[in-house]
Amino acid sequence: MSGMVEKRGIGHWLTHAGLILGVAFVFFPIWLAFVASTVTQADIVRPPMPLLPGPHLVDNYREALVSGVNVPVARMMLNSLVMALGIALGKIVISLLSAFAIVYFRFPFRRAFFWLIFITLMLPVEVRIVPTYEVIAGFGMLNSYSGLILPLVASATATFLFRQFFMTVPDELAEAARVDGAGPMRFFLDILVPMSRTNMAALFVILFIYGWNQYLWPLLITTDPGMNTIVMGLRQMFPSGDDLANWPVIMATSILAMLPPVVVVVAMQKLFIRGLVDSEK
Amino acid sequence: MATLSLRNVKKSYGDTAVIHGIDLEVAAGEFIVIVGPSGCGKSTLLRMVAGLETITAGELFIGADRVNDREPMDRNIAMVFQNYALYPHMSVAQNMGYALKIAGRPKAEIAARVAEAARLLQIDPYLDRKPRDLSGGQRQRVAMGRAIVRDPAVFLFDEPLSNLDAKLRVQMRLEIKALQRKLGVTALYVTHDQVEAMTLADRMVVMNAGRAEQVGTPLEVYERPATLFAAQFIGSPAMNLVDAVAEAGAVRLADGTRLPIASAAEGPVTLGLRPEHVHPDPAGPLAVRPTLAEPLGASTLIHGTLDGVARDFVASLPGVHREADLPETLRFSVPAGAIHLFDAATGRRI
Repeated sequence: MSGMVEKRGIGHWLTHAGLILGVAFVFFPIWLAFVASTVTQADIVRPPMPLLPGPHLVDNYREALVSGVNVPVARMMLNSLVMALGIALGKIVISLLSAFAIVYFRFPFRRAFFWLIFITLMLPVEVRIVPTYEVIAGFGMLNSYSGLILPLVASATATFLFRQFFMTVPDELAEAARVDGAGPMRFFLDILVPMSRTNMAALFVILFIYGWNQYLWPLLITTDPGMNTIVMGLRQMFPSGDDLANWPVIMATSILAMLPPVVVVVAMQKLFIRGLVDSEK
Repeated sequence: MATLSLRNVKKSYGDTAVIHGIDLEVAAGEFIVIVGPSGCGKSTLLRMVAGLETITAGELFIGADRVNDREPMDRNIAMVFQNYALYPHMSVAQNMGYALKIAGRPKAEIAARVAEAARLLQIDPYLDRKPRDLSGGQRQRVAMGRAIVRDPAVFLFDEPLSNLDAKLRVQMRLEIKALQRKLGVTALYVTHDQVEAMTLADRMVVMNAGRAEQVGTPLEVYERPATLFAAQFIGSPAMNLVDAVAEAGAVRLADGTRLPIASAAEGPVTLGLRPEHVHPDPAGPLAVRPTLAEPLGASTLIHGTLDGVARDFVASLPGVHREADLPETLRFSVPAGAIHLFDAATGRRI
């Protein structure tokens, strides 16, 4: 009996050792970035590279947030936050409404519209980037939040996800609401939306990170450094030509860029997993 | 409380007619059960009354108002669904008060009416719970509570007991009946279960293939079924049907047995005999060879064959009869009042 327990104990420790090794492997570069953000430029360029945090954490982060290289990181983070929130919330609202229309209403060319939405799955931003740029430029939306958000706000994936969820909602529920006197929008707001909340939470996490990590599109349409987002702005901090890279500030910016997605995932983890694993019916 | 009338109500999907003209006058406070096998159109008919399906032709009146083209909420009806259709994210109290909330009633009134209905249905301890935390019977009560709270002119029930286990079904059946009597609300109740129909109905509508085969009180339908279908559908075990020829005040069976009848019918007929109406009688005219006995405790079902008749013949005898003790041939006499005659061609009662 005790032998069995011991055996399981060894397996237990081996498994954990494997997992810890894996975590260390993934976490090490982030640790290096963190260490680099707490020392001076001189410490970084002089080998060997430091492996323990230095005393300049506050200085470096203050410099990044307040002045940055081209533009204060605080400004870029605000831009990224507006863009990521705009994309995530906009996508959820639009997808909910279009899925509601497709599932619950009979209108001419309903199937055609559904397939039209579905086909856009095959056309990510990168494929349609030139015509989209043309349109946004034509509307005068370069260097603006609406230019950053609108082209990315329609989502076939989310529409499809909500469509599948709505199709599992029993018809009797819609009929009960009709008998109770709820009109279509009332049914949508009082019954469908609250029932979709775990799906919405899961989608929000995914879409927030998607929006936060956008690189190519902001790079193309923001020429004013004041409108840079942090992911592209980070790249802009790299020196061109003979300039010297301010590595501690760049690394501080990297760490700062990672924080909001981490916060969103950790804060919404419970809802996120529930939304992916089971739908509440 | 209101009257309800259906005047030649029809429904078709494209070219396929599913309801072929139903006429029904329901008195205020009456409990009408629509009974029939699956696919007979009974649920469609109920949904047309509710306003969930359009009416292809004919007229529907609730009280004095023609309601053909009204939305469900404007018909002053309440419906109990087969799967209860409770809103999963709302508490029991919110579920029950939702219709009143939409109607814009003051919060205090909603709370009072929900509390009143909950007390009536004995679900007041669960008002703050979510439907998923309730048992099947409790959900059923909440669904009924949601209907009661609205104080409708007509209650509509769509097979409300079919998801409950047998014991609970009997109990809820009694409660529905008691509740309907107490509230005095006109009710239309759809079921495929003939026992529910017999016990609940003031009058029942036996439906088959989109037609009303018979409308009448449960005992009328049981004692004088209008068609072969109604005769077979109502009563358990089902009525025995035997092909026969009517001639000069008697019917002659395939084996030559003659049974006297009161009618002057002539020609091929179908003879209907309820299993519980044949009496064991050593001198009786019917000779049955028993093949199987099903003891039910209070009575025993004897399955057997009649000479020259392909179909199984069933007799229900009071008391316990062991299969081993049955003689090779059992003879039965048939009281004159127990004979039902149907036209062999049309299936109508003679």
